[in-house]
Amino acid sequence: MKKIEAIIQPFKLEDVKEALKNIGVDGMTITEVRGHGRQKGHKEVYRGQEYNVDLLPKVKFEMIVNDTRLDEVLDTITSAARSGKIGDGKIFVCEVGEAIRIRNGDRGEAAL
Amino acid sequence: MATGKCCAPERRGTVSTGVPSRYKRVIAIVAGLLAMATGAYAQADPAARLAALEAAAKSAQSAGDNAWMLVSAALVLMMTGPGLALFYGGLVRRKNVLSTMMHSFIMMALVTVIWAIAGYSLVFSEGSPFIGGLKYLFLDGVGKEPNTDYAATIPQGTFMIYQMMFAIITPGLISGAYAERIKFSAMALFTTLWVFVVYFPMAHMVWGKGGLLNAYLGGSIRTFDFAGGTVVHITSGVSALVCALYLGKRVGFPKEPIKPHSLVLSTIGACLLWVGWFGFNAGSALGASGLATAAFVATHLAAAAAALTWMAAEWLHSGKPSMLGGISGAVAGLVAITPASGFVKPMPALLIGAIAGVFCFWMVAKVKSMFGYDDSLDAFGVHGAGGTLGAILTGVFATNAINDTQIDGKVVALGLVDGNAGQILNQAIGVGIAVVLAVVGTWIILKICDVLLGMRVDRDDEIQGLDVTQHGEEGYNLEA
Repeated sequence: MKKIEAIIQPFKLEDVKEALKNIGVDGMTITEVRGHGRQKGHKEVYRGQEYNVDLLPKVKFEMIVNDTRLDEVLDTITSAARSGKIGDGKIFVCEVGEAIRIRNGDRGEAAL
Repeated sequence: MATGKCCAPERRGTVSTGVPSRYKRVIAIVAGLLAMATGAYAQADPAARLAALEAAAKSAQSAGDNAWMLVSAALVLMMTGPGLALFYGGLVRRKNVLSTMMHSFIMMALVTVIWAIAGYSLVFSEGSPFIGGLKYLFLDGVGKEPNTDYAATIPQGTFMIYQMMFAIITPGLISGAYAERIKFSAMALFTTLWVFVVYFPMAHMVWGKGGLLNAYLGGSIRTFDFAGGTVVHITSGVSALVCALYLGKRVGFPKEPIKPHSLVLSTIGACLLWVGWFGFNAGSALGASGLATAAFVATHLAAAAAALTWMAAEWLHSGKPSMLGGISGAVAGLVAITPASGFVKPMPALLIGAIAGVFCFWMVAKVKSMFGYDDSLDAFGVHGAGGTLGAILTGVFATNAINDTQIDGKVVALGLVDGNAGQILNQAIGVGIAVVLAVVGTWIILKICDVLLGMRVDRDDEIQGLDVTQHGEEGYNLEA
């Protein structure tokens, strides 16, 4: 099992959800987050007082997938979330030790 | 049918009772025309008819003037709540929105009581050149009869309630400087003392009979302040600066971003201020007259010009024209035209507004950061600076072509454009007195309040926000 963490542009949220649904991925957790990578923020000016707003709103997807489906899901997210500009986001993948379905105690891939 | 009560009794006697009073006038007029046509009036005493006609004309003017003045009073109250409350409330951070709105709202209650008990008397009854007397204490004798010294065509009660609204908004304006860090109890005590020490004396000097600076009623230094440039804006603006210096900076200023939490609220508030200002300035004609129209026009033009020039200045300076810039400019223009509104022609009004927009932008965007004081919502930069500019420019552009109110029975040259260059000096003296009174008075009051109650909230309370720590509530319970 792998955990995928994808941080994407908020306006790509619906596109990514739709693309994942089309390939049969229907479990995910979404959080509104703020952050920045190489993308510069923007400047706001209130009565001459300048503020650099460098923490920008992003959306974070978290999902756990079978190892066999990993590449397919990563490709789907990458293409759906891409606008080609700086600020499109990043995807991180890590190992997951265990998964449990709280309702009935299923473990491992059966719990996904 | 309150207006029915002021119909001339002579006319009312001609129709039977039981007819709805709004039809009585119509019936009376028709009956009068019929009577004239049939010559029935030919036998009536011409002197009695003339007297009846005069009384009817007087009562009609009184009805018109009173209607406008009551509406104006309501408009000026609307400037404080919700106008100023929204304007300032939107400019602070979310955690301080209620406390900031409270700073405006509480004036509507607190100053009203003070004004009724003593304030009106201390401003408008005769006393010394510096402060009024006690004749109208507890509003004694202030009722339906006009006070002919000030406004001969409206009940003194109307004049009193109209002037009250000015006393309410003035300390409210100061709150822009101490927002986000003052203790509520200290704010209430400060306001109570401030109106006695600064506002009442200044208002008496400029508008009260026998006041030192009163141009029409026996002042020795004649200054023109149509609707409160010195009395309202300079006193509040300069006192605001003193408050900002005394209280010190907000925690985190200027390193942490302290952004307005809702410019939507501020925009609504500023637009309400703009509309309410018609009551403030045009109402200061104290009647539904041509002078009221002139003041209305000047007010609107100045606001529009200042909104444009402030936005243009920041467009050049920061690269973008902003909503906050637009509304700040409009308020700056309204402030600057206040003393001049009933004295200047439309084109000078545009010019005063245009200058005010750039000048006040420079004050808040440049001068404030040069000196580093934390005037949270720019009460000094807009009201102090704009008020001073307006007071001086009134001395330049005031003309008897707009305001032919007579001094000692004759029409005189008013400002520089009328050939009276000396008026600029008088205006400057008026400004100087307002500044000194505001600085000294405010400083002493702050000291007293600080000793008795402490002016500032604790650092932890300030970080948590005044809404929770001072009032035990929050402006936005979005999960509720």
